[in-house]
Amino acid sequence: MNKGLFLRNVEISNGAQPLLTLSHDIAPGQVLTIMGPSGVGKSTLLAYITGTLSADFAASGRIVLDGHDITHAPAHKRHVGILFQDDLLFPHLSVGANLAFGLAPGGTREDRQEKIAEALAEVDLAGFEDRDPATLSGGQKARVALMRMLLSEPCALLLDEPFSRLDTALRAQVRDLVFARAKARSLPVLMVTHDAEDARAAGGKVITLEVQS
Amino acid sequence: MIGQHVTVLRNKRDLGTLIHMRRPVLPLLPALTLLLMLGPVAAGIWGTLLPAFGHLPAAGLTGPSLEPFRALFDWPGLPRAALLSVTTGIGATVVSLAVVTLLLAGWSGTRQFRVLERLLSPLLSVPHAAAAFGLAFLIAPSGWIARLLSPVMTGWDRPPDILIVQDPLGLTMMAGLIIKEIPFLILISIAALGQAQAQNSVTIAQALGYGRVTGWLKTVFPRVYAQIRPPVYVVLAYSMSVVDVAVILGPSTPPTLSVQIVKWMSDPDLSMRLLAAAGAIMQLALVVGALAFWRAGEIAVAHFGRRWVASGARGKCDPIIAQVALFSGGASVLAVLFGLVVLAIWSVAGYWSFPDAFPDGFTSRNWTRHGPSAFAALGETAFIAIVVAISVLVLTIGCLEAEYRHGLRVTQRAVWLLYLPLLVPQTAFLPGLQTLMLGIGAEVGRIPVMLAHLVFVLPYVFLSLSDPFRAWDARTGTVAAALGASPDGVLWRVRLPMLLRPILTALAVGLAVSVGQYLPTLLIGGGRVATLTTEAVALASGGDRRAIGVYGLMQTGAALLPFAMALLIPTLVWRNRKGLRHE
Repeated sequence: MNKGLFLRNVEISNGAQPLLTLSHDIAPGQVLTIMGPSGVGKSTLLAYITGTLSADFAASGRIVLDGHDITHAPAHKRHVGILFQDDLLFPHLSVGANLAFGLAPGGTREDRQEKIAEALAEVDLAGFEDRDPATLSGGQKARVALMRMLLSEPCALLLDEPFSRLDTALRAQVRDLVFARAKARSLPVLMVTHDAEDARAAGGKVITLEVQS
Repeated sequence: MIGQHVTVLRNKRDLGTLIHMRRPVLPLLPALTLLLMLGPVAAGIWGTLLPAFGHLPAAGLTGPSLEPFRALFDWPGLPRAALLSVTTGIGATVVSLAVVTLLLAGWSGTRQFRVLERLLSPLLSVPHAAAAFGLAFLIAPSGWIARLLSPVMTGWDRPPDILIVQDPLGLTMMAGLIIKEIPFLILISIAALGQAQAQNSVTIAQALGYGRVTGWLKTVFPRVYAQIRPPVYVVLAYSMSVVDVAVILGPSTPPTLSVQIVKWMSDPDLSMRLLAAAGAIMQLALVVGALAFWRAGEIAVAHFGRRWVASGARGKCDPIIAQVALFSGGASVLAVLFGLVVLAIWSVAGYWSFPDAFPDGFTSRNWTRHGPSAFAALGETAFIAIVVAISVLVLTIGCLEAEYRHGLRVTQRAVWLLYLPLLVPQTAFLPGLQTLMLGIGAEVGRIPVMLAHLVFVLPYVFLSLSDPFRAWDARTGTVAAALGASPDGVLWRVRLPMLLRPILTALAVGLAVSVGQYLPTLLIGGGRVATLTTEAVALASGGDRRAIGVYGLMQTGAALLPFAMALLIPTLVWRNRKGLRHE
């Protein structure tokens, strides 16, 4: 079985207007960065991979993850994690409950609590279980969002401009953390970004999309 | 490549069928909801048309004939009754829209406006009947205002012999409608303003030397009006055909056409139903005509408005207009508030002779006398309202979720469908619905009443919930799905909890609308379903102010309490969740 995220002949169009075509394999631990101006369909590509493509777009081509064709799988059965530029922590749940939402089911109560505590400790947030996510700083929220995603044991990670809301000092720190965690878990990573610095830090192949006319 | 395309599409369709087979209910909900909402309206109009043309098998009559219309035109009160419907309806709509527009033009974004807005929101839920009784108790010759001013300022030691309440021109009835429509139109306009980026336009207009009011009218009003058009039409149709307010405040010889239709409907002589049906068709025609007239007026205003904009006039009397608007808005708020206060006083009043500002003493006797029957009516009211509002909430959430999951698009035409039950006058289709039900031998009573309430509650609940439901960040759903939550899981565990506040508000709107329903309860309940509203309006002719005070207060409480809960519950539940504490 071939590990990794393989995009085969992916074509996305907005009605009659073709947006992008892409064929690329991302090996475990590798990062593929996609750059390009807004409106070129970067986020639409991610929506196609997560299974949440809006009815306004048409797409074809196959998405294969770790040997499974997930092109038509429902969104919640794809094992594809995603981080957006906003943390999108669930505002009605505590930090711990947010992580528990992500944590794959199974295990005793104590096991699960322990896993959540470990995850928080891994990003220097030990003891934050009962906190209201709205009271966290931007960097703390980003770290919780990352760990929530990783606890769901995804087989690939998508990043949609994930660092653009963070200020410069935090940005490098969070970025290094995300790439390090993804590498440690051997996840194929697909990142779309505007930012050349992000692309450099990712260290993988960079594809720049042009507006098709 | 093309071959692959086709395979993908076929796969997609297969998947679609699979989802539909597994969840057959959700995609059908929008259709079912439309049927529940529009079915009774269509059936009711059909059931009105038949007897209007002389076909009423229950009374041994078969049509078609024009006899009912001939009888209608023979009724000497018709010209006056029809004219009253038109003047009070158009008058109430013009005045409330003008006050609301100028209030927004002069004051939106200011501190005074926020105070007014905060006062107006709860007033929206005060039932029409209670507000009308309150107004009557304030401005009648023996009302509170006359009492407060007498005898020092007026010299009256007995109530003056002038007809204020139930005046022949229907002016008091118009006032009763205006004080209730102003809060409605203001809150609708504020919602529309949010999408219009109004503040920027006004700032630029002011920088170009325009006065506040003129600048707002020229730049923001067209955008806001385009959005509030359907509710304005609702106000017009409602004001022309309202029954409860007209019974309480309107003239009686003759009454408005709608009131007369209800009188004919309650006549034991079945053949009077033919007359009622003909009147109902007439009422429908009047409303359609008035809506067409209003549309023509819109075009005319737009035409002159464009000229006014092109003239470059900067506005000279803006401050005066703004002051007048604030005064009118304030007076309308105070009329409702003090109306409720005087209802409360009467409900506990002992002996209260005329020029005295307050009763001689306060007593609980009114409550012990009228309380038991009022509480029985409260039970009936609450039972109907809760069943209806919860069913409607479930239907609404189902429709909105179906729209989200299946990527359905809502067109402007569909939005008009939602307003349709509010645009067709109640007096045009409810009598027909009752006649149809009698014709097929269906029992009048509680369940048909609930179905009739549903027709009117659905649009309001849907309109209240749809914006916040659709404004929810869909990326939150993407994240939850990426974390392994199924579509139902996303709905129950993420979306609904996050939307707790707007959901409870929509539920409160539904309860308040159901509590305030008069005509559906009266006609479809066949007089056997006694709610607070039907009981209170029935007291109007008797003039027992203490009983009216008790019923009016309970009716208001029944409508207001859910709103208080809708504010309180999310605050308590999410007291430790700053992210959900906006507002």
